[in-house]
Amino acid sequence: MLTSTPRRKRGTIAAAALAVIAIASLSACSTNSTSTSSSSSASAPATSAGSSSSSGGSNPLSPTGGGAVVVGSANFPESELLAEIYILALQAKGVKVTPKLNINSREVYYPQIKSGAISIIPEYNGTLLSVAVDPKSTAKSTADVDAALAADLPSTLEVLNPSSAQDSDSITVTAATAAKYHLTSIADLKPYASQLVLGAPPEFKTRADGIAGLKATYGLTFKSFVPLDESGPITLSALTGGRVQAADVFTTTPQIITDKLVTLTDPKFNFAAQNVIPLVNKSALTPTIESTLNAISAKLTTSALLQLDAAVIVQHANYSTVAAAFLKQAGLS
Amino acid sequence: MSFFSWAWDWITQPANWHGTGSIPQQLLAHLGYSALPLIIAAVIAIPSGALIGHRGRGATAVINAANAWRAIPTLGLLVLLVVWLGFTPLTWLLPLVVLAVPPILVNTCEGVAGVDPDVRDAARGMGMTAWQQVLRVELPIALPLILVGLRTSAIFVVATATIAAYIGLGGLGRFIIDGLASNAYGPVAGGALLVVILAVLVLALFAGLSWLLVPAGLRGRRRQG
Repeated sequence: MLTSTPRRKRGTIAAAALAVIAIASLSACSTNSTSTSSSSSASAPATSAGSSSSSGGSNPLSPTGGGAVVVGSANFPESELLAEIYILALQAKGVKVTPKLNINSREVYYPQIKSGAISIIPEYNGTLLSVAVDPKSTAKSTADVDAALAADLPSTLEVLNPSSAQDSDSITVTAATAAKYHLTSIADLKPYASQLVLGAPPEFKTRADGIAGLKATYGLTFKSFVPLDESGPITLSALTGGRVQAADVFTTTPQIITDKLVTLTDPKFNFAAQNVIPLVNKSALTPTIESTLNAISAKLTTSALLQLDAAVIVQHANYSTVAAAFLKQAGLS
Repeated sequence: MSFFSWAWDWITQPANWHGTGSIPQQLLAHLGYSALPLIIAAVIAIPSGALIGHRGRGATAVINAANAWRAIPTLGLLVLLVVWLGFTPLTWLLPLVVLAVPPILVNTCEGVAGVDPDVRDAARGMGMTAWQQVLRVELPIALPLILVGLRTSAIFVVATATIAAYIGLGGLGRFIIDGLASNAYGPVAGGALLVVILAVLVLALFAGLSWLLVPAGLRGRRRQG
């Protein structure tokens, strides 16, 4: 076919094809990947690097105009949901808000909130401390982590009150396993761990609070370890299908509800606290903002957050609708 | 520090050659994860390709379908199967078989279909049944092309069998995935380098097989074809 086409026409066809491919790839690159696609895990706050590539929508350094408060979020459903809650609550109190959602990862947004380009972002106290503020910190409990943050945060930043809602690593089992061995906390696993297979992200083998931490804190030695994913479809399938009997499922993963899983408590704080906490640039902080966000934190529990995540991730409900419903139910709108 | 220095430092560490999850253990596992899908794919694709190539009818449709089939993302299929089937052997076998079939199928079909019509005619004239024509004349003539298809599939499968580690199994992918999760460059580079070395060995193996099996009279055939 091509050998019979004259050379000039071949060149034109080739150029046109290249142009189409270039335009298609450029438009694909600039499309902001939204959370409605495949992600079944609520978030990955315990990992240091955020998710890859998506280039995000707006330029976070562009002027916000007129003293509006900029509320940002990271690039996963739970973060976006929390930001929506903050935004609606603040707007209800008459604060002018500019949203800057779906910023790729902490590496990207942390410098921005430090400089004031972003004013408020929902954070998790444990990873904020261990990743951005003080990697050498050994603080584990909510109180210790918050104290370390208060001491070591850069001077432009401040954290408000933590909520009781946590999205952290956990050891989770099926309802059947919990009933069989009468499990409520990780400590209850001690006599049975040698019969059980543990599933968790691959880094559990080397992380201080992984296999080594479970042994040191609770004296657990599991029968074997299967490296899976970050509380995603592979981990959940392994747990519900019986490939593993205990797994690291992030505590606000919606499948905890839909698959009737049981998250064991961590009374000795093997996993550092990961309370949802508003991170604020001091220059934007006003008494209204402070009291509004603190009021939200007071009403946000892990089970409430779990229900909200289920609504947006499993039922694909609209973020604003879910956020508004939460605020109304909490008496905050 | 470069890719090769990370890989070399890690591969030459004696500790990585002993105990559970050692390099020899994962190499062996990786060979298993590669060989079985390849054998299954050959068993499926060679007879089908021969049949379609011999008949001639529908060959174009089958070849186009097989080529389109190559676009299936193997990792995506693996995760889908984990959700549907759980952790069964089929979960990792099926994506790799799906990956391996098209090159073998297409090459067998083309090889058999491309047999000189005079030779086919002679075979028919000698009173050979269809089966005999395929087995005694067409497949042997198509052998060089079939071996190329097998070789291509083998390299695809060896490179892609790293995904077995994604669902907690072993193989060379275990080093790459664990290394990535822990930000350790040694196992990532080392594991990748081992996969490349294995692929090159597969190439050498098929070159040897080709030298052994293909008769001298057919060896220059592709150039004349």
